Amino acid sequence: MNVAVIKLGVGNTASVMFALERLGAKAVLTDDPVRIAEAERAILPGVGAAAAAMRLLDGGLREVLRNFSRPLLGVCLGQQLLYEYSQEGGVAGLGLLPGEVSALEATSQLPTPHMGWSALRIERENVLLEGVNSGDYAYFVHSFVCPVDDATVATADYGRAFSAAVARGNLFGCQFHPERSGAVGARVLRNFMGLPC
Amino acid sequence: MPSKRIIACLDVKAGRVVKGVRFEGHADMGDPAELAQRYRDEGADEIVIYDITASAERRTIDYDWLARVARVLDIPLAVAGGIRSCEQAIACLEHGADKVSINSPALERPELISEIAAVAGSQCVVVGVDSRMIEGAWRTFQYTGAANTIRRTPRLMLDWIVEAQERGAGEIVLNCMDQDGVRGGYDIAQLQAARERLRIPLIASGGAGAPSHFADVFLQADVSAALAAGIFHSGAVSIGDVKRAVRGAGLEVRL
Repeated sequence: MNVAVIKLGVGNTASVMFALERLGAKAVLTDDPVRIAEAERAILPGVGAAAAAMRLLDGGLREVLRNFSRPLLGVCLGQQLLYEYSQEGGVAGLGLLPGEVSALEATSQLPTPHMGWSALRIERENVLLEGVNSGDYAYFVHSFVCPVDDATVATADYGRAFSAAVARGNLFGCQFHPERSGAVGARVLRNFMGLPC
Repeated sequence: MPSKRIIACLDVKAGRVVKGVRFEGHADMGDPAELAQRYRDEGADEIVIYDITASAERRTIDYDWLARVARVLDIPLAVAGGIRSCEQAIACLEHGADKVSINSPALERPELISEIAAVAGSQCVVVGVDSRMIEGAWRTFQYTGAANTIRRTPRLMLDWIVEAQERGAGEIVLNCMDQDGVRGGYDIAQLQAARERLRIPLIASGGAGAPSHFADVFLQADVSAALAAGIFHSGAVSIGDVKRAVRGAGLEVRL
């Protein structure tokens, strides 16, 4: 099991690497477009801010990811980057999924970021979420959300429903952090690592 | 909606988990990685590792044992203790921490909050605040890790948490010193006042002594999370007991 974890500047990529290590995967952390293009599968983890991440993708990574035909998993901000546009910094994403990433509205009842464990609701069967059930908890940390549409395979609620996990063809995303979501997260990563490539 | 979080805090001194009362006197409680896993198994939603003497000793946490804990843990991990530069914060994230918590150095140089938030994102930046009521106002303290280093700052708690939020903090841990280690319950009045000022998550710290204290602080102060250390270490109360009490009070928790 070989996987490239894409290094996009600053981020807690170590926790993703440790989670893959616990699954016995052979993971490399890299920003080298050539190595990523050759990987059996790739994970785009969450980092700081969308605008900064998109700038970092400009060094050849953008085209590699747009043309990547094997399984690609975006985590947190990584899922948001799959879309056409993000309100965060007003930047274009990879455009692999249609639609716009929008801000969660902070209210006195709902502090933002949405930080904590929320229940998943399975919307559509998908191999990424095999063994995961509605009502299972996953760990979220985010202030922006992806639209609910036909790519959505699971939703969660924070003031409104948003895409907790998405899947279309070889593209997968989770807004939650599977590397920090206990047994549920480990199952999602194992499902991803088991996808044919 | 997110469930209310129960956070287990490991106070670490010289690589071992210790338990203290009112910031003075410590007893050995075990190995950080082993205790972190035990709390994970009991249902902790998050682990905080706090190197209690790092700030007072003008050093930062030991990245090796941070990585040792992060490697085995599959729930969120925050670290605190002596992080006084953006580079140190990033090194913590690169060694497996999900968040860094800054306290005394942020009071020294508040720009540190915005510097870390700008490169790593607000969600990584937790601002810890030690506060107690003196002469009718909640006042902030620095270097609370040891009796001989602790000192009061000119900042009022309510002003400081708002400033921290404006500078890009992702959440605030309010450690209410009058209650710390006493186990008489969280400082509801102080936490309510803090919660009214914030639009980012607030974490209650200091005073937990029984499962009902957690339900009380969630119901009365509407905090996002409650943190405790000593009562979990001694085995007096398990995280499972706490979660059942919170759920019994009609609140959502991850069981």
